[in-house]
Amino acid sequence: MLQALADGLLTGAIYALGAIGLTLTMGILRFANFAHAEMMTWGAYMALGVLTAFGLPTAPLGPLTFGWPLLLATVVACALTVALALLIDWLVFRRMRDRVGHLTLVFASFGIALLIRNVVHLIFGGRATYYTTELQIAVRVLPDLRIMPDQVFTLSLAVVLVIAVHQFLQRTPLGLSMRAVSENPSLAVINGVSLARVVRWTWIVGGALAAVAGVLYGVAVQLRPELGFHLLLPLFAAVILGGVGNVVGAVVGGVLIGLIESFSVLVIPAGYKLAIPFLVLLVVLYLKPTGLFGGTSGGR
Amino acid sequence: MTALLSVAALTAGYRPDLPIINGISLTISAGELVTIIGPNGAGKSTLIKAIAGLLPITDGTVTLGHQSLVGLSPHLMSGFGMAYVPQSDNIFATLTVDENLRLGALPLPRSQARAQISAAYDRFPDLVRFRKAKAGNLSGGQRQMLAVARALLTGPQLIMLDEPSAGLAPKMVEEVFGHLVTLVRGGVAVLMVEQNAKAAMRISDRTYVLAEGRNRLDGPSDRLLEDPEVARIYLGQAGGKH
Repeated sequence: MLQALADGLLTGAIYALGAIGLTLTMGILRFANFAHAEMMTWGAYMALGVLTAFGLPTAPLGPLTFGWPLLLATVVACALTVALALLIDWLVFRRMRDRVGHLTLVFASFGIALLIRNVVHLIFGGRATYYTTELQIAVRVLPDLRIMPDQVFTLSLAVVLVIAVHQFLQRTPLGLSMRAVSENPSLAVINGVSLARVVRWTWIVGGALAAVAGVLYGVAVQLRPELGFHLLLPLFAAVILGGVGNVVGAVVGGVLIGLIESFSVLVIPAGYKLAIPFLVLLVVLYLKPTGLFGGTSGGR
Repeated sequence: MTALLSVAALTAGYRPDLPIINGISLTISAGELVTIIGPNGAGKSTLIKAIAGLLPITDGTVTLGHQSLVGLSPHLMSGFGMAYVPQSDNIFATLTVDENLRLGALPLPRSQARAQISAAYDRFPDLVRFRKAKAGNLSGGQRQMLAVARALLTGPQLIMLDEPSAGLAPKMVEEVFGHLVTLVRGGVAVLMVEQNAKAAMRISDRTYVLAEGRNRLDGPSDRLLEDPEVARIYLGQAGGKH
């Protein structure tokens, strides 16, 4: 039971990081970006690419399975994922934003998702891989609870990033502008907010968080080109459960989806675990379509 | 008196190929309160949205001082001394009152922003006790006060309001209009679109009457209040409020 709680929190923390970016995009840019999960794949593989290309040593850091090089590679991966997000926006979404309906943007994002996944597949191959071959022994913390140091790191980093994003949105002028655009873009604009700047920063924050979430997933599980595709449903379930456009909601939604998934294996065969987010999605859409915390106008 | 805002032969609409207003002209000077009235569908709201840069202008000119506003992005308008308060959804309901004001003051340097927000609370003291409350919890009148307070933060020369009395109780309408008169006395130009025609005309210097997207009448409000043509164009046709 305790083990399911810890595992659920870990998965949930990764979902939460991915869901923040997705909820910001949905709230501010006003469309469901199906390519967001693929940006996690891109980020995860870019970190692997940096490690491989520069032949960086993989000497572990203390009890962790990875060392400083992966942390450094993650920073580079964040920059490359942000660059990809901005490039996609410039090439595709920006040209379509004011001219086509939301559904056209959604379908365009489907196409981009396929493109990213297959580019990753082409460059890195389809086999599952890992950042490191170091083995890690789980530490028995309580009689019923074993935790790996990597899991503690993942959870801690996720918590720090969630708090940082929350503070950024609540306390900085840019965060205030982003919240305003999320609620009412035209009112924000007539108040002097530059929509182009807010859109740019939404991609920057969303892309960087997607990269970190992708790397953390790669550390916690493994790297596969389908990584993002498998995370798509839990991410959307987390965003809709929390309320589209609501960052706190995305975090709570992500953690709850992780926990529900984790506890579900106590009562159903593990093979059905992946269907759980879909079930949650259906229940939320039926009972409370605005999510637990209510969405912004962009989400409705 | 030299015009602060000059609109000449303005043609605009939601789509460039489907104009809603055709060749409308108007002027407003500093310290003047001008009302735009007309039956539903006359293009009143379209006109001020187009002036504010929110709708594409297909023909005509809009000049504020010596600055042409045609083609300018609406987020730059406040920098040129113009503020616009839309009719509905004119506050950020999910932000607190304080955050609404902070947002309106974003174009200003930090120290000036603080001073302006403090001045806004002095001007609208009713808002002080709600500063940490979500703006969505305010009453209709308080929302309108907040919307006006926020629009004034950047010290505009011209403030445009789309139906500031919509949905307000008569006493509150009086209060909102009272604030607008005070602004005008302070030298700000106020241009408002109103369905509550007679009440608005009573406090304004001049009135423009629009119909079917064109200028129909204009002149001093006290004269137009007595003009049977206005009643025929607007009050009669629209069966409007008095």
